Amino acid sequence: MDVLLQQTINGLVLGSMYALVALGYTMVYGIINLINFAHGEVLMIGALCSWSVIGWLQPLLPNTPGWVILLISMVVASAAAAALNFAIEKIAYRPLRHAPKLAPLITAIGMSILLQTLAMIVWKPNYKSFPTLLPSTPIALGEAVITPTQIMILAVTAMALAVLSWLVNATQLGRAMRATAENPRVASLMGVKPDTVISATFIIGAVLATIAGVMWASNYGTVQHAMGFLPGLKAFTAAVFGGIGNLAGAVVGGLLLGLIESIGSGYLGELTGGVLGSHYTDILAFIVLIVVLTLRPSGLLGERVADRA
Amino acid sequence: MTHTFLSKRGLGQPWLIFVLALALPLVLQSFGNAWVRIADMSLLYVLLALGLNIVVGYAGLLDLGYVAFFAVGAYLFGLMASPHLTETFPLIASLFPDGLHMSLWMVLPLAAGLAGLFGLMLGAPTLKLRGDYLAIVTLGFGEIIRVFLNNLDYPVNITNGPKGLGQIDAVTVFGYPLSRRLDLGFIELPSVTLYYYLFLALVVVSVVLCARLEHSRIGRAWMAIREDEIAAKAMGLNTRNLKLMAFGMGASFGGVSGAMFASFQGFVSPESFSLMESVMIVAMVVLGGLGHLPGVILGAVLLAALPEALRYLAGPLQEMSGGRLDAAILRQLLIALAMITIMLWRPRGLWPTPEHGKNLPTVGGGQA
Repeated sequence: MDVLLQQTINGLVLGSMYALVALGYTMVYGIINLINFAHGEVLMIGALCSWSVIGWLQPLLPNTPGWVILLISMVVASAAAAALNFAIEKIAYRPLRHAPKLAPLITAIGMSILLQTLAMIVWKPNYKSFPTLLPSTPIALGEAVITPTQIMILAVTAMALAVLSWLVNATQLGRAMRATAENPRVASLMGVKPDTVISATFIIGAVLATIAGVMWASNYGTVQHAMGFLPGLKAFTAAVFGGIGNLAGAVVGGLLLGLIESIGSGYLGELTGGVLGSHYTDILAFIVLIVVLTLRPSGLLGERVADRA
Repeated sequence: MTHTFLSKRGLGQPWLIFVLALALPLVLQSFGNAWVRIADMSLLYVLLALGLNIVVGYAGLLDLGYVAFFAVGAYLFGLMASPHLTETFPLIASLFPDGLHMSLWMVLPLAAGLAGLFGLMLGAPTLKLRGDYLAIVTLGFGEIIRVFLNNLDYPVNITNGPKGLGQIDAVTVFGYPLSRRLDLGFIELPSVTLYYYLFLALVVVSVVLCARLEHSRIGRAWMAIREDEIAAKAMGLNTRNLKLMAFGMGASFGGVSGAMFASFQGFVSPESFSLMESVMIVAMVVLGGLGHLPGVILGAVLLAALPEALRYLAGPLQEMSGGRLDAAILRQLLIALAMITIMLWRPRGLWPTPEHGKNLPTVGGGQA
């Protein structure tokens, strides 16, 4: 088996999930300069909702193909997560928009703990196995293999990115979003309602996170209340890596991070003669990040912004 | 110092608070040593929050990996005062036939120094970064340290991996190990109470240090950087060295606190140094009142002691819910709600710095 090809495929799959979550971080950051710590938890709630919906639908529609059930669950979960993220912004971030910068960060952390705890209460703390709804026989691709789930992840990510780029670049809402990100006050003078734009941003972010969450769950086969932490952390890293606030940067950062991790974990042991095993993968990403930020302090694609006084 | 720390319209005279703090463990120990333990841990968190306050509160550099320095101090003491190194390395065993044992007076400067060095290591590559870029790099740094602690049991067993280091010596003060209870004739002081007084002494020293630092040339320079780095630079401040100094000094507090933690627990493992811990320390500083010493102390005590105290109060609540919610979950729920509501209610923290010239009367009147 070709290790490089296989790890590249795995890396792209992992990276595209990071990219979807990173987009949520970066959009929120671009508009209100807040690290939305609860974003990973939105992903988790999305995945758990979809798990519940699947559990409810499967006995109800026994002859429906798996992908339809998965799709329906994804739609329902997206709606739930969007409503949740909308509420979070309204309750925890909006009142603090003009407060000192660290105040919303703390409420975001509080929200993250709160959502995890609520999920623990609603869904119980144990690991739940996420049903395999797509055929699990891997498809040979040259010397490597790719599973149908992985193909779906790549396809769905590509579609989500296409829709998002249409939304941001070609619609009125997108133009309002870009204007608000540039300068909220001037945008509001031009008739843009910042509150609506910010709510819309949170809703879009939640939908992307849910898509990523459902795919994460189908790829790894389990869901649990703490599952949002790792993708959240990595996606945040990816967003900063690519230049936070920059949409293309989030995608590039996510994909690169996935590739680095996956290829790194494949070769780390071999290259260092077994001294550093694959458990160092997690910090590989951070080391690359530190090196990149040392050379380019505003990320790969981030533009240099003047410091706001 | 009186005029800088705890002004008269606050909680009253500093000496009154000091006397209360001295008497506290004597009252608590009659309810059981577990309560004194909570007070001990709160003091360690106060120490951590004071250190992080230098970095975040004074210099305005958001550090999400502060627990790394706590870990450095803890592992330093763990390695120097447990049988692990002598058992693993025959060379060290032959050099120190009685095992490695360190006195407090050796450990404190060493832990402060080493953690400070790590602080500089973190600071050096991140000097150019601002705001949230800095936050993620410091977060990454914290994770890097934790992953190394977790995995450095191979190829050479230095940290003993996830199993952690055990049998760490108790701190010895003037030849008296704090793990032994002290009988004063009229009252018996258990080990936890003795630790309490040691930690209290450290906190008092730290508070004096911080208060002096805050009003020194360096402290004012840090605050100038926090408010506007470019303007500070234009005023001729060497922002690079000052930021490095903030990182180093903040880190050394973490190191001391970590060493104390290691000896207090007698055991350290990478689990104690997760990202969540760093986040909680940031929350203590911000929740209390960024850059304001009494606020920071209040925040640390509140967030450190509240969960532990809730452990005892959660029992009845648990019965009310029919056992569906266990105590740990309830505790977490209450902490999360507290963090959100406090921040919404007082966005500048529970006890923020009185702003000079701006809305003075309202801030002065509404102190909790």
